[in-house]
Amino acid sequence: MEKLKYALFTGCTAKQSTPEQLMSTYAVAKKLNIELVELTEASCCGASHLQDYDDFLSLVLNARNIAYAEKHGLTMVTICNTCQLNTAMTKHRLDNNAELKEKVNVKLREVGLEYKGTSKIIHFLYAIIDDIGLDKIASMVEVPLSKFNIAPFYGCHNIRPSELQNESHNNPENAYNPTSLDDLIIACGGSNVDYDEKNKCCGFHVELQAPKTASILTGNAIAGAIDGNADWMVTPCPLCHLKLDTQTKHASEAIGREVELPVLHMQQMLGLALGCPQEELGMKHHVTKVDFI
Amino acid sequence: MDNSSITTQKVNFKVFRFNADDDYLPYYEDYKMDVTSEEVVLDILNRIKWDHDGSFSYRRSCRHGICGACAIKVNGRSTLACKESMTTMIETFGTDLTIEPLSIKRAVKDMIIDKGDFWEKHDNIHPFLISDVCENPQDEHTVTPKEAEELLDADICIQCGACHYACPVVEINESFMGPAAFAKAYRFEADVRDQAHKERLTELHSENQGVWDCVKCFECAEVCPKDVNPIDKITKLHQMLFREGVATSNVATRHAVGFKHSIAKHGVLDEGGLVLYSEGPAIVKHIPVALKMFTKGKIVLPWAIPKADNLDEIQKLVKSSSTVKF
Repeated sequence: MEKLKYALFTGCTAKQSTPEQLMSTYAVAKKLNIELVELTEASCCGASHLQDYDDFLSLVLNARNIAYAEKHGLTMVTICNTCQLNTAMTKHRLDNNAELKEKVNVKLREVGLEYKGTSKIIHFLYAIIDDIGLDKIASMVEVPLSKFNIAPFYGCHNIRPSELQNESHNNPENAYNPTSLDDLIIACGGSNVDYDEKNKCCGFHVELQAPKTASILTGNAIAGAIDGNADWMVTPCPLCHLKLDTQTKHASEAIGREVELPVLHMQQMLGLALGCPQEELGMKHHVTKVDFI
Repeated sequence: MDNSSITTQKVNFKVFRFNADDDYLPYYEDYKMDVTSEEVVLDILNRIKWDHDGSFSYRRSCRHGICGACAIKVNGRSTLACKESMTTMIETFGTDLTIEPLSIKRAVKDMIIDKGDFWEKHDNIHPFLISDVCENPQDEHTVTPKEAEELLDADICIQCGACHYACPVVEINESFMGPAAFAKAYRFEADVRDQAHKERLTELHSENQGVWDCVKCFECAEVCPKDVNPIDKITKLHQMLFREGVATSNVATRHAVGFKHSIAKHGVLDEGGLVLYSEGPAIVKHIPVALKMFTKGKIVLPWAIPKADNLDEIQKLVKSSSTVKF
């Protein structure tokens, strides 16, 4: 298999509160023969909050991150839905507005950089589906997850707004009926659980200012997966993961029902199926115990 | 007319039925129909009423995506029935389709809901121009094309309620004004003739009901049949709150501003530092979860926060590109 090479924008969470996600990304990349060039110069994307305060600053910082991927001449791969949203949204706005692009570049030139618009920006989930293919991935599975009912949790910022979906990968999926994560579960040998909340919001972004709303949304998501007879959940977003993995007590209180289910990052699920050594997948970093392996 | 390109498919409809006057609980009725690729969702509602059950009730009027009366949900997706083609619905959801009102808990009769909460929130943002207009003007009150552009697409909202009843926060928190009211508020906030900017913004800033409770799920942008893109307007209202000096220091505003401080210091986000900056002394409520996370190696201590390479570049850009002060 031809070696794939991407520029990896890790985002901040993978280096702080979800170390298991970064570990498992590298473990899976090794198995899939992917070389990842980490963008160590990248700043925080602003997590869809900085732009509420200072939109221009948010654009300049995101354009700078993309400029580094462009310098490598590589596609930028993200491993966080919100990083994907902010970076792809910056690209969308700059590529469609020459005046704004120039304004941003005036600032970037001060530090010797330029945003050109030459690098594609894609979440790791879609990168491997596009560039390796589900059939190929399925053929590489060493440990099929056939014992498990797995509930996919897509995370808003990978599937909405759909105009960014359409721009960032080959088979844009429908926000109302997403299939990529279901397909990946099946490729790993598992059974995918269909439930109403799979494409809904986890509440992460109002965790501080509206904790009750956030907790109800988290609770509903886990409850939906439990009622769908899921053994565990899987998500491509570390922010959703934080909510679903660490906030089960608040979620249970908010919806008046005990809700707790192990939640894996998509890289961990894939890593299990590809036979990655377990210590490389970081399961010990979960708050909700991963009790099935 | 050449009909050769029209295709027909068999579709199973599961249709929500309820009459608040007679029924204790709602129920669903099944209809099987041949649906052509030419039809829109409203055609199906009409056929149910005309061919199957004359008592089936729904709102309809213009049939041209202007009046906003016929919004319903198909497989949980808010849909303006007269605009959405059945082909798209079948492509998205297959041939088993569930037809429901925009809000089941507000159902009055079949597809007809009590939209009172929507209109109340719409009224509360003062959806009209507030301006001391001289009764005997000597000149026109001119608005330049550039100024008019600022209204963006907020002006074309048809108040169908598709976004309002797709919003997960509206569903949970009855005080939350919702995306349609916010988009309408933006329409007047962005109007240079309006003189009630600060009053309206102050309302929008209020906790629990205002813009800070938006979860950023983009459901509103996705469902809008007129591409009003309400979340884009919500973001612009956030920015206006800071720009116009209406934003006060609270957990939500500090959360937004905290990102800048963290980026200026580390290049990346200091997660714990952001929570501390946002919450202040209220951070104590996060201690139980933080301790659990700490034992699992999920918390990086303040002195060990990673720093981005070429941090000086980021710091220079934060200085040169900042446009707002708080």
